[in-house]
Amino acid sequence: MKPNVKANFNFAFFLRESMRAMRRNAAPSFAALATVTVTLIVVGVFIPIVQATRGAADSVRARVEVEVYAKERATPADDARILAELKALPNVQKVVFESKAQALAAAKKQDPAAYALLSSNPLPDTFHIYPTNANDALPIRQAILGVGNKSDGHAKLDRDIATVSNHTDDTQKLLTVTRFVTITAALLAALLTIASVLLIGNTIRLSLFARRREIEVMKLVGATDWFIRWPFVIEGTIVGALGAVGAIVVLGVTKLALLDPLASNWTLIAAPRTISFISLVLVLVLSGVCVSALGSGMSLRRFLRV
Amino acid sequence: MPNQPATSAPNNAVIEFRGVSLRYDNGHAGLDQATFAIERSDFVFMIGSTGSGKSTVMRLLIKELEPQDGVIRVAGRDLSSISRKQVPFYRRNIGVVFQDFKLLPNRTVYDNVAYALQVTGHSRREIREKVPDVLRLTGLSTKLHNYPDQLSGGEQQRVSIARAFVNHPPLLLADEPTGNLDPETSIDIMRLLYRINRTGTTVLVATHDHAMVDKMRRRVLELSQGRIVRDEATGLYQRDESTREFVSRLRTGDDRPDGI
Repeated sequence: MKPNVKANFNFAFFLRESMRAMRRNAAPSFAALATVTVTLIVVGVFIPIVQATRGAADSVRARVEVEVYAKERATPADDARILAELKALPNVQKVVFESKAQALAAAKKQDPAAYALLSSNPLPDTFHIYPTNANDALPIRQAILGVGNKSDGHAKLDRDIATVSNHTDDTQKLLTVTRFVTITAALLAALLTIASVLLIGNTIRLSLFARRREIEVMKLVGATDWFIRWPFVIEGTIVGALGAVGAIVVLGVTKLALLDPLASNWTLIAAPRTISFISLVLVLVLSGVCVSALGSGMSLRRFLRV
Repeated sequence: MPNQPATSAPNNAVIEFRGVSLRYDNGHAGLDQATFAIERSDFVFMIGSTGSGKSTVMRLLIKELEPQDGVIRVAGRDLSSISRKQVPFYRRNIGVVFQDFKLLPNRTVYDNVAYALQVTGHSRREIREKVPDVLRLTGLSTKLHNYPDQLSGGEQQRVSIARAFVNHPPLLLADEPTGNLDPETSIDIMRLLYRINRTGTTVLVATHDHAMVDKMRRRVLELSQGRIVRDEATGLYQRDESTREFVSRLRTGDDRPDGI
């Protein structure tokens, strides 16, 4: 009574077995297929939405800056000194210097009529400070103004700094709102992922439950665990792939029929950077196949314990 | 060999239970210090009422359950030395027949029997040779392409016997094989099991049909509440009785030839 034949992997046989199982258990297989399709459609819609939301939030946050205005008397040497000092501050990504002349030119471009009336240049030399992270904008502002924020101005970073732009409230609100949006999107994505895995796993478990007697018999005639498992894994792969294809067809048609005409008419929709359709297809096929193949293989564990 | 009394020479035993105990989680005693041995190519009945431990013995033998106490040897091998991974390979040496047939409902008769060979990695050619053979032996040659639900109970049981025997295992276990069948069909099934026994396979049949067992005059193990209460390995019967004689005794209880 020694173990005779080793666990043999006969792909053609397993493929035939899984095809037979799907044909014979059409209803549970179709339920699993439909579940995968619907879940993947939801995921496929959700991924670009989350990305667009985060993209919008990020682009708003990227615009957060601290503006430092030099005093009237500041010479180019003073400006260079201030620039170096600002660059030396922590959490500063970059500092862009805009001279009085540049500022005037930019302003003139925006509103030529108003600036044509001016005889002299009222604009100061300006330093645009972009923080590495939008959250650092306010600490940077504090650092420049000085902790005490004394009225005589001597506590400031440099004696030639006149003022620092005061958007504290706006910046604060902006930061709060974008953080909230980002966290909400991440939470929703996590919930959706969990829900999809549970839903698909449960459907697979149901169809396995309907076949637990079959598994029992296989064990009794001496089938190894993997001999029983392979057809289920292959079946899961096929169901997952078909479900993904179904979801992609629906998404593709929707994109072509609804989204693309809208996007060309109304640039706002196209604005945020989202996942390309090809990568979305890859993500959906991969996740569909992996979740259902793994789901089938692992749900089977419970039934293999005879 | 076959004429040795069952109580001696445990080395030659196909099945050996020594002080085997098993208590289920609900406190019910499945087996209590059961000790017995079954010789090679023996035909043994195990009787007892429901819950007496017959099925427990069967389930221990296919290693579906583990005993809490005692040693079980099959063909000299201690079952506790077989790891979980080896269990499928061990089971291929044992044919099992159940009261409820346990056929795969979505396969034809042919495929049900072939499955036992596919599992063991037999080639298609071997399967095409062996399956019709065993189906002829069990009288199912005309039902090859039927599904289990198109067959009578007796026919389904014969399919399950064919599946159990297609590998020609040295040991065949039958747990209440006639429990769902009428008396005449039961005799057919017993005759089939006896025919298999005559090829040298050790057969252990659990049943609660005392009348049938009394007529057959084979060795009888009686279980009651997990204990062996009777082990009659008497020489009341001829070991090399022909199948025909065997059946005639089943029908009538005496030695009149049967009229089939």
